[in-house]
Amino acid sequence: MTDSTVTSATGSSRFPSRYVWAGLKLVGSVALTFFGLLLVTFLIGRVVPVDPVLAAIGDRASHDTYEQVRREMGLDLPLWQQFASYVLQVLKGELGKSVLTANTVVDDIKRVFPATMELATTATLFGVAFGVPMGVVAAVNQGRWPDQIVRLLGLFGYSMPVFWLGLMGLLLFYGILDIAAAPGRVDFANLDVVETWSGLILLDSALQGEWEVFFDALHHLILPAAVLGYLSLAYISRMTRSFMLEQLRQEYVTTARVKGLSEARVIWRHALGNVMVPLITVIALSYANLLEGSVLTETVFAWPGLGQYLTASLLAADMNAVLGATIVVGAIFIGINLLSDLLYRLVDPRAK
Amino acid sequence: MTQLRAWLTADTPVSRNHARAIQAYLSWRALASNPLTMIGLLIVVALVVFATLAPMLAPQSPVAQDLTQRFIAPGTQYLFGTDEFGRDILSRILYGARVTLYIVVLVAVTAAPVGLLVGTVSGYFGGWVDAALMRITDIFLAFPRLILALAFVSALGPGIENAVLAIALTAWPPYARIARAETLTIRTSDFIAAARLQGASGFRIVVGHVVPLCSSSLIVRVTLDMAGVILTAAGLGFLGLGAQPPLAEWGAMVSSGRRYLLDYWWVATIPGLAIFVVSLGFNLLGDGLRDVLDPKSS
Repeated sequence: MTDSTVTSATGSSRFPSRYVWAGLKLVGSVALTFFGLLLVTFLIGRVVPVDPVLAAIGDRASHDTYEQVRREMGLDLPLWQQFASYVLQVLKGELGKSVLTANTVVDDIKRVFPATMELATTATLFGVAFGVPMGVVAAVNQGRWPDQIVRLLGLFGYSMPVFWLGLMGLLLFYGILDIAAAPGRVDFANLDVVETWSGLILLDSALQGEWEVFFDALHHLILPAAVLGYLSLAYISRMTRSFMLEQLRQEYVTTARVKGLSEARVIWRHALGNVMVPLITVIALSYANLLEGSVLTETVFAWPGLGQYLTASLLAADMNAVLGATIVVGAIFIGINLLSDLLYRLVDPRAK
Repeated sequence: MTQLRAWLTADTPVSRNHARAIQAYLSWRALASNPLTMIGLLIVVALVVFATLAPMLAPQSPVAQDLTQRFIAPGTQYLFGTDEFGRDILSRILYGARVTLYIVVLVAVTAAPVGLLVGTVSGYFGGWVDAALMRITDIFLAFPRLILALAFVSALGPGIENAVLAIALTAWPPYARIARAETLTIRTSDFIAAARLQGASGFRIVVGHVVPLCSSSLIVRVTLDMAGVILTAAGLGFLGLGAQPPLAEWGAMVSSGRRYLLDYWWVATIPGLAIFVVSLGFNLLGDGLRDVLDPKSS
């Protein structure tokens, strides 16, 4: 640790240019990754057995109309030109029209995305609130029963099909115990009561003072968020445990103990404080993974979010919507990775 | 027996094969000392046995419908009950093991060699080859796997082969990363330099010397990944994009049982339990293998 402090202090005159260089490299690699994402979705769009021209004009149109529409859609151009215009379109924020809903894909995604965000955020909060303390307790009691329990819970989380866990949750808490709400985001009576401001129903209902809707929405949110949050709990607790084990071996922990600090202060303040930095990356990654997990969870809980939109479009072979949603999720994924990388550099001076 | 054990634990191996046998025996002992790993191994072996012997073990045909026998609860007549078409769920679970094993094996034998090849070539040759291959790997790593698999399957059409292809396409990048990291430490070794001085070609060194040394950490990673592969395949099946009916696939079985969840709990619960147990088995086995084969990364 002392070593790296010294080098960064002596190297400070060259620091700005190195910093800029690293930033440029990061931006370049992100741009390249996004480009790769577009290439993949473009190629997927090419191999689809659905003929986009026929999909637009129907199979009764004449041959001339077919050729004309084909030219208008730019499908007679060489592949690389088609790809170039595709990239330009996406960069302008155009993802085409959905056949299923007859809206533009961008509008559709804007409408459904807040529901997914609400679910994934609550789930992550759940995962952090339980996963971090569990990981710490496991590390402190390494090898003893609390550690084994946390390890087993984590393994179960890694092995559980999330859609099945959701169904079991519904069976137990809704079907048998009758304490959870039915699938859906709010009760039927509370649909469209709250005006859509942010799309986050908890926020909107609270801002508009509709407390009945607020609590109803909360009631509906708890079970799916807990199911999804269990996945992130498994990941976060395992990573917290291994980070904590590493910290507890360090000499500063011994020093703190020798100084006479209470064990709680040593663990929760000194050691956990140092774990926070790598933990940010882990939490960001688990948030990105939850966006994926939400595809299956939303199907089970009839949650009107991006995941359900994606699966509905998939089953209807609505390729614009499928590829649009893939691009959006991929872009968020890449964005979160970038953000966690930047945060890491910002918080941890050694990472520079 | 004691003679065999003495031979297997000898301090001074007399031949190369003897040394290998000792090594294998000691690894096995380390593996067997962990009960959780043994449970995992047992589950995986059971999967293989059930899948192979499904026609002999299954009390009924997995697709035979009998509408007079619908929704019979688990009991003595039908161990796991019957589904909405009166099919025996136990038989369908057994045949479903075949589908799961098929997917797991196919993904392992397609994704692992690709990852291994990309990683070793990238690490051994370095320079622009490395830069280009690792960029491609990074691009694939940055994708959300399930979503990409969904997009692939939607383009190629639903079906078990396409599901395997989609999963394999998203599974190889981590293997490439691991193989590259291993190769970077191996390539500077003296024995590689010796092989090169003897005139061995780059291809020969990579295939003959580097690849075998990368294998153990790769096996660990592949085993751990199989749990994820099973879950992704089951997820695709659940969404109706994997194996198509009437083929017995566990994810699709959960999906069809879902409609009757509150009235007939077993139809969706039991196939889901099968997915969970098998994927837990691979996780337990992978954890144990990692402790034995690759202690530095645990």
